[in-house]
Amino acid sequence: MPTVSFRVDGVDHTLDVDVRTTVLDLLRERLGNTAPKKGCDHGQCGSCTVLLDGRRHLTCLALAVSYDGAEVVTAAGLGEGHADGLHPVADAFLRNDAFQCGYCTPGQVCSAVGMLDELREGHPSHVTEDLDAEVDPDDDELRERMSGNLCRCGAYVGILAAVRECVASGGEA
Amino acid sequence: MRPFDYLRPDDVATAVRAVADDPDARFLAGGTNLVDHLKLGVARPGLLVDVRGLPLHDVEVADVGGGTVLRVGANVRNSDLAAHPVVRREFPAVARALVSAASAQIRHQATTGGNLLQRTRCVYFQDVSTPCNKREPGSGCSAVEGFARYNAVLGASPECVTVHPSDLAVALAAVDASVVTDGPAGERRLPVAELHRLPGDAPEKDTVLEHGELITAVELPASPVAQRSTYYKARDRASYAFALASVAAGLELDGDVVRDVRIVWGGVAHKPWRALRAEEALRGERFSEEAVLAAADAELEQAETSPGTAFKVPMVRGATALVLGRLAGGGR
Ligand SMILES: Cc1cc2nc3c(=O)[nH]c(=O)nc-3n(C[C@H](O)[C@H](O)[C@H](O)COP(=O)(O)OP(=O)(O)OC[C@H]3O[C@@H](n4cnc5c(N)ncnc54)[C@H](O)[C@@H]3O)c2cc1C
Ligand code: SF4
Ligand code: FES
Ligand code: FES
Repeated sequence: MPTVSFRVDGVDHTLDVDVRTTVLDLLRERLGNTAPKKGCDHGQCGSCTVLLDGRRHLTCLALAVSYDGAEVVTAAGLGEGHADGLHPVADAFLRNDAFQCGYCTPGQVCSAVGMLDELREGHPSHVTEDLDAEVDPDDDELRERMSGNLCRCGAYVGILAAVRECVASGGEA
Repeated sequence: MRPFDYLRPDDVATAVRAVADDPDARFLAGGTNLVDHLKLGVARPGLLVDVRGLPLHDVEVADVGGGTVLRVGANVRNSDLAAHPVVRREFPAVARALVSAASAQIRHQATTGGNLLQRTRCVYFQDVSTPCNKREPGSGCSAVEGFARYNAVLGASPECVTVHPSDLAVALAAVDASVVTDGPAGERRLPVAELHRLPGDAPEKDTVLEHGELITAVELPASPVAQRSTYYKARDRASYAFALASVAAGLELDGDVVRDVRIVWGGVAHKPWRALRAEEALRGERFSEEAVLAAADAELEQAETSPGTAFKVPMVRGATALVLGRLAGGGR
């Protein structure tokens, strides 16, 4: 069995894995980190989203052997170093009722954190009118940029409000 | 999922040899398509050769024969390519096609080479319990009389009626991009428009590449039609969905006369469909919406539809007028 190393929420792990193991299964089944959720297991829902080497990624379509050496931050590790262990984005989700069952929430929160970085770096999106101008993060932009995370409870109104608040406060609060 | 051996070479020659020598081997890039296929049983390779350790991560501007070419390594991620300043300025159709595809997460993971070689989203291809000539040659095509919404209207065969799902490939064809490959027979360059093939009687072959042939780069030559280009995608929901039909187009006007034009359609054929008849009808003509619609009609005379796909003809016709009208008005 191949040996892989991952740094997960600040802790280093080295372990032998079956070559077929996805990063999602490694996190949940081998390391007991159940923050990332298995929704569809086919890249279609976003509930398995983490930050991998600083960017939002789906873990269900990533083989552990192929992402060996990566640094992963899950929703469980995002709060590290923040007051009450709560990342400002997670806090905004709480205050804006941005969930109902909560199943999609860890993925939504990681995705929103990654999205705020992309906005700061000036990445264009599908709805960006002028590819050369600075992005105006209006509601259309935020909806488009969060469209890779589905919410079966339909908490989108709250999610949008939370994300809007994070953008307004400069992404870090 | 069938167990497989895994290799991660750091030089191109080793990677090419590893796949070329083993009929059961496949390249692996970001994995967003292939890992799904491993799970579904659509792909059952005995060996995966990971290309992400190969030094194919750069985007560079090169001078080739007096012209400027943007050379994009096969491992450049879809998100990075879309955000690249030269792509946004000189090849807007490419940036727009990239950001219209999949989700931000997937675009961070997906590579340029993998995107071009992603396989069809035909529901029967992805369901191993149903006949599909592309997955299992000779087993039949379930889509001919089945779910048709994503089927082709141009260039299909009785053996396979599916379309190629990549948005990027459509835009690259419209800016005259080439793919650079390295294979058992050495290096070669071919236009992106000639990479994918029509299904004919061998739908199991998506492209003209040989087994073990690795895409190392894509080259985009700067040109007036590329600089004034854009991409439009019609789909069933506003985001995170494949194209029902799409248009990548570039336009160079001399006053109000069309000096040069590119029109490539996605979602309608087994490959990006370069609308050569439409382009020919427009070149040298005074630009007008009527002229564009007549040109699209000239191309669409070859269309063959079923009740499930008939909607695509007016859709791609209207989208073509919309896109070229936008370009003529200075938009991109
Ligand atoms: C939910 C979902 C929605 C999506 N929506 C869209 C969409 O709207 N539009 C769109 O265009 N795409 C869409 N995609 C597809 C996505 O763009 C592709 O999966 C991705 O681009 C593939 O790139 P990859 O690097 O992950 O390739 P992989 O999955 O690693 O590989 C794909 C194929 O390419 C081969 N390959 C990879 N690199 C090379 C190389 N350098 N040389 C030779 N062969 C190679 C592999 O052997 C494999 O056959 C979607 C995917 C998902 C899961
Ligand atoms: S259309 Fe092509 S991919 Fe779909 S079932 Fe028929 S042969 Fe298979
Ligand atoms: S579980 Fe990964 S996208 Fe749904
Ligand atoms: S809160 Fe239930 S799925 Fe989003």
